[in-house]
Amino acid sequence: MTVPARPRVRLATTSLAGCFGCHMSLLDIDEKLLPLLELVEFDRSPLTDIKHCGPCDIGLIEGGVCNAENVHVLREFRANCRVLIALGACAITGGLPAQRNHLDLGLCLQEVYLTEPSLSRGGIPNDPELPLPLDKVHPLHEIVRVDYYIPGCPPSAEAIWQVLTDLIAGRLPQLPERLVRYD
Amino acid sequence: MDASSLSPVLDPILARWGRTPDRLLQVLREAQDATGWLSPELLAATARSLGLPLAHVRGVASFYSFLALEPAGEYRVLLSDGVTDRMDGSLELGERLCRRLWAEPDHTAGDGLVSVRRTSCTGLCDQGPAALVNGIAIPRLDGRVVDAIADLILARRPLDTWPVDLFSIPTNVRREDVLLRHGLSPGVAIAAALARNGAAPAGMIAELRASGLRGRGGAGYPTGNKWASCEAAPGESRYIVCNADEGEPGTFKDRVLLAREADLVFEGMTLAGHAVGATRGLLYLRGEYRYLLDSLEATLARRRAAGLLGATAGGGPAFDVEIHVGAGAYICGEETALLESLEGKRGIPRNRPPYPVTHGYLGRPTVVDNVETLCAAALIAVHGAVAWRRLGTTQSSGTKLLSVAGDCTRRGVYEFPFGVTVREVLEAAGADDPIAVQVGGPSGTLIDCAEFERHLSFEDLPTGGAFTVFGRGRDLFEVARQHVHFFAHESCGFCTPCRVGTSMLASVMDKIHDGHGSRHELAELDRLTSVLGNGAHCGLGHTAMNPVRDTITRFAPSYERRLASADFAPAFDLDAALAPARRMTGRDDPASHLGDAS
Repeated sequence: MTVPARPRVRLATTSLAGCFGCHMSLLDIDEKLLPLLELVEFDRSPLTDIKHCGPCDIGLIEGGVCNAENVHVLREFRANCRVLIALGACAITGGLPAQRNHLDLGLCLQEVYLTEPSLSRGGIPNDPELPLPLDKVHPLHEIVRVDYYIPGCPPSAEAIWQVLTDLIAGRLPQLPERLVRYD
Repeated sequence: MDASSLSPVLDPILARWGRTPDRLLQVLREAQDATGWLSPELLAATARSLGLPLAHVRGVASFYSFLALEPAGEYRVLLSDGVTDRMDGSLELGERLCRRLWAEPDHTAGDGLVSVRRTSCTGLCDQGPAALVNGIAIPRLDGRVVDAIADLILARRPLDTWPVDLFSIPTNVRREDVLLRHGLSPGVAIAAALARNGAAPAGMIAELRASGLRGRGGAGYPTGNKWASCEAAPGESRYIVCNADEGEPGTFKDRVLLAREADLVFEGMTLAGHAVGATRGLLYLRGEYRYLLDSLEATLARRRAAGLLGATAGGGPAFDVEIHVGAGAYICGEETALLESLEGKRGIPRNRPPYPVTHGYLGRPTVVDNVETLCAAALIAVHGAVAWRRLGTTQSSGTKLLSVAGDCTRRGVYEFPFGVTVREVLEAAGADDPIAVQVGGPSGTLIDCAEFERHLSFEDLPTGGAFTVFGRGRDLFEVARQHVHFFAHESCGFCTPCRVGTSMLASVMDKIHDGHGSRHELAELDRLTSVLGNGAHCGLGHTAMNPVRDTITRFAPSYERRLASADFAPAFDLDAALAPARRMTGRDDPASHLGDAS
């Protein structure tokens, strides 16, 4: 009896309020990209330029949620991905963008677009094309349910590889201490 | 206040406490009583006088919730915020008090006249709602009492001239058994124990072992074994510590013992000292019971005069007792946190082992026993193990004092033999239509009416004494939520699983309360249970989940009816989070709004 060829796992990735550093770390798995491509098929991702996510097995999201568009994208991922992973410090805690959370958004916009002489030409941008910022930056799990978290800024390539291969193999992902120790 | 004006205040206090660093908490507490708050200058002067780093002094001062590092007003009102206080309407009364005083909660108002804050259960559950004014308890608040308090404060009447009936606290003993009707004169139990010690090598300790007496604080460790280990431990000095830090919400039986049976408590401490070879005893009185201090000190003085304490205590070896008063920290009821606090430090539980019987107060062999345990030991000294064993069950000998409060007509202290059923207690207390009982406080077990035939005993339902009744119409979800906030507030902050875990627990419960909960939150509560149970450093963290665990298994509908139907919902309104940006940009187009996820 032959084992039926397993269909490849569909993987979607995106960056919300992040710096793409986590995506760079994903690419850092180097030569393991080739075995990865045997295991997975990319859906929506900066690597494929597919604009919207279809039904997927795994969604990998870096960055926190800072504006309305982030919310829409995150909801699209949650609705389509069986397993959703928060990738890196910003997705897990809000990270660097969340440094603005102790400032009032209105005062911030006023300072940048109205008061500060070097920037204040043209007033506060109000084009409907632009997503409106939320009053605070949130980690993913405050907006939708999140299944797994990969810590790090960015998480190491090895940590990402470990979690993805564990999930694909059907194991509960385990990150040994050396992969989550940063000092 | 400058440094020179401090010494008249500080010097007598330091002189009384002997200028040793392990009395730091007592010095700070008395200094605050004298000056109203702990100014930076006062902390610096204390640090200098005791030879301690200022950071250490500040660390201790900031740990205890009764110590104020900012001016807290001439009158400091702390409203007891226990579950039973709220059931009796404490929140509405607190608002009324604030209105009358023109005060905002948690702020000092009226040019430094008064502050109104909430504090954890003050142990007056049978006569709540209660408050502490400058540390002194006032029970049975109602509209009239609250108005009277407000008038007295606004008239700046000194506390010691307030009508005495405001402060009257009856003991409300409803059922007496062998302990509460012991009828022993002071000295009798000490003499009986000395006779036992003289008759056999193991004497009193052997009798205690034979009696099967187990600790009454809740954990139920065999008292005889504890005394034997302490007696056998190497060390040149030993200590007896009476744990009168009765902090478990809903418990007040130790308060009644201290008010009514102080002699018996000290008798138990003295004969414990004789049995293990200790010459000093320390009684750690919960800060909320500060009002009992004067009568306890008077009892000590009387006993010294009668020769029952001192060089030959009751005809035996030397023994004397010193009383320390806590300052509002639930965690100090944990025996090793209590020892830290007695040593003048932050009340952070130690690692166990080593246990206090070998490394206790100042690192010396120490017996730490509950107030009721020491009273029971005194009884056993007189009447013997056989008489004690006649009461109770096989593994739970003797009687147990219960603090009965909540929805029943006869609240107060009941002494029942161990093995009594929950239903028998409910009937004695006049609980008409109970739907649940919390046995042993929030860190104990909450049971529903299907379990009222269960027995109070170490075999079935162990208890430290709290017995809180919830009648029809009470919302058990809210009870659990309030308890979870209590644990988050009382976590000592030392270990992350407890510090963060209890706060996460509180925010998940708040989210469900606000109607943003989903199945995800129920799973999250489940996960936090195991994090706290496995990861926390001490019993506080291990038991902080109990109210949630018990209510979710028995009163699941009180959770479920609050859940939003979605798989997950944020804890806040996403569309409202865009409002500031909408206002700043003047936009109101569809893209500038966020609807529900569907």
